Amino acid sequence: MKYVLLFVDTEQFHADLQALTPDDRARAFAKVDEWMAEHRRVIRGGNKLQDPDTATTVRLDGPEPIVTDGPFVEGKEVVSGYLEIEVADLDEALAMVRTWPGCPVVEIRPLES
Amino acid sequence: MTREAPQDELARTVREHAGRLAAALVRLIGDFSAAEDLVQDAVVAALERWPVDGIPDRPDAWLFTVARRRGLDVLRREARYREKLDRLQWPVPAEPDERLRLIFTCCHPALPRSAQVALTLRLVCGLTTAQIGRAFLVPEATVAQRITRAKRKIAATAIPYRLPAEADLRSRTAEVLTVVYLMLNEGYLSTGGEVASQRLVDDAEWLAALLHELLPDEPEVAGLLALIRLHRARSGGRFGADGGLVRLADQDRSRWDHAAIADAVALLTRAARRHRPGPYQLQAAIVACHAEAARWEDTDWEQIVLLYDLLLHLAPSPVTRLHRAVALRYTAGARAALDELDELAEPLAGYHLLHATRADLLRDLGRPDEARTADARALRLTQNPAEQAVLHDRLRWT
Repeated sequence: MKYVLLFVDTEQFHADLQALTPDDRARAFAKVDEWMAEHRRVIRGGNKLQDPDTATTVRLDGPEPIVTDGPFVEGKEVVSGYLEIEVADLDEALAMVRTWPGCPVVEIRPLES
Repeated sequence: MTREAPQDELARTVREHAGRLAAALVRLIGDFSAAEDLVQDAVVAALERWPVDGIPDRPDAWLFTVARRRGLDVLRREARYREKLDRLQWPVPAEPDERLRLIFTCCHPALPRSAQVALTLRLVCGLTTAQIGRAFLVPEATVAQRITRAKRKIAATAIPYRLPAEADLRSRTAEVLTVVYLMLNEGYLSTGGEVASQRLVDDAEWLAALLHELLPDEPEVAGLLALIRLHRARSGGRFGADGGLVRLADQDRSRWDHAAIADAVALLTRAARRHRPGPYQLQAAIVACHAEAARWEDTDWEQIVLLYDLLLHLAPSPVTRLHRAVALRYTAGARAALDELDELAEPLAGYHLLHATRADLLRDLGRPDEARTADARALRLTQNPAEQAVLHDRLRWT
């Protein structure tokens, strides 16, 4: 079964990360790398997204497409990255996500095929 | 010996075996909804045949045979059905119990609580959507929709049909216990009709007993089972001859089932020896304090307040604080209890028992006008007919 893990940042998490010393931040990133290495067998792809202020949104539900600056929902929680994984079932995905050392929220969504 | 009416026998058989039947059929056809439909078809067939042909000697086997035959029809459309059929047998091999897998799947944390409850009642206890709706005062269509959505999510997100991994077992068991506890609460302090409520408490006890049989080393499972049995053991005194609710202080304790109380207390004592206290064991211990008091005057309120302190430590909640305040009245006086209630006025503003308790305390303190106001507020907030009657009486007589 394939799932996408959507990693979600909060303002608080962002601020906390900025406040870390360079060493501590390097250690935090190293933990994420470790987690990635540990699960590499089930990871099929994915990436980190650039900051939400780099987003461009196109709305197609009006008479004309409208291009705007910024993410389509402004919120305190923003998607900051994604991974596609392939595991047996939701419990395996949950077990994996439970040890995720990065951002504070992860949404698990099954893929259609 | 008189034989039960076919409907009663069917209800009993379905309750005892529906979960297992569905579980066995899930194995056969690998699909949750389809398995459940097969059991339902078999139940419908039984409703038609049993009144005419008489109740079969082995009602469960009869249901299984019919459901299996229909399952065959389904499978004929699939390849390799013979191979799958060969693996089928009845009764289902006991270990690990299929029903336990079914319960854990129904109570998966990825499902919303209301769906966990509905699915468990439907698939494990064999209630119809109409019965579930009556018990929880929600339209049948809402229940059906919850179940449909949950099944869709189980299929779409691949929620597994198996026991949780060892590392998750305790947290997942807690999830299941919450569902059983909700059934008890709704059944015991129910907003729904009397028969539906009784049925819900029956089912809660049945589930808790099953869990206890399957997870004998989990003290909280035993604690919840003891809690349910202690409540049931005292149900004889809860209602008066007129069907009205009788307050604990006024209950005829000779109508309690003292043998059942002793059994439940023994069960609780064994659980406590594992030294892993939890909210259900503590609640059961509190109810046991009441159940073991020969008269209202003999109630060990000091012990009860202590147990509430422990409970609040493990599971803080304003409702628990309210119950503690009731006990506090008998150890520290009405004034102290009322002060405690004042702190709960905001979080529990919409909870009828807060106002009913306030009314009691105000009456004790010689403030009848404020007591009447509080009673009137309580009355507006409860939907339970028995509780409404008590409050009506109070407003009439005081």
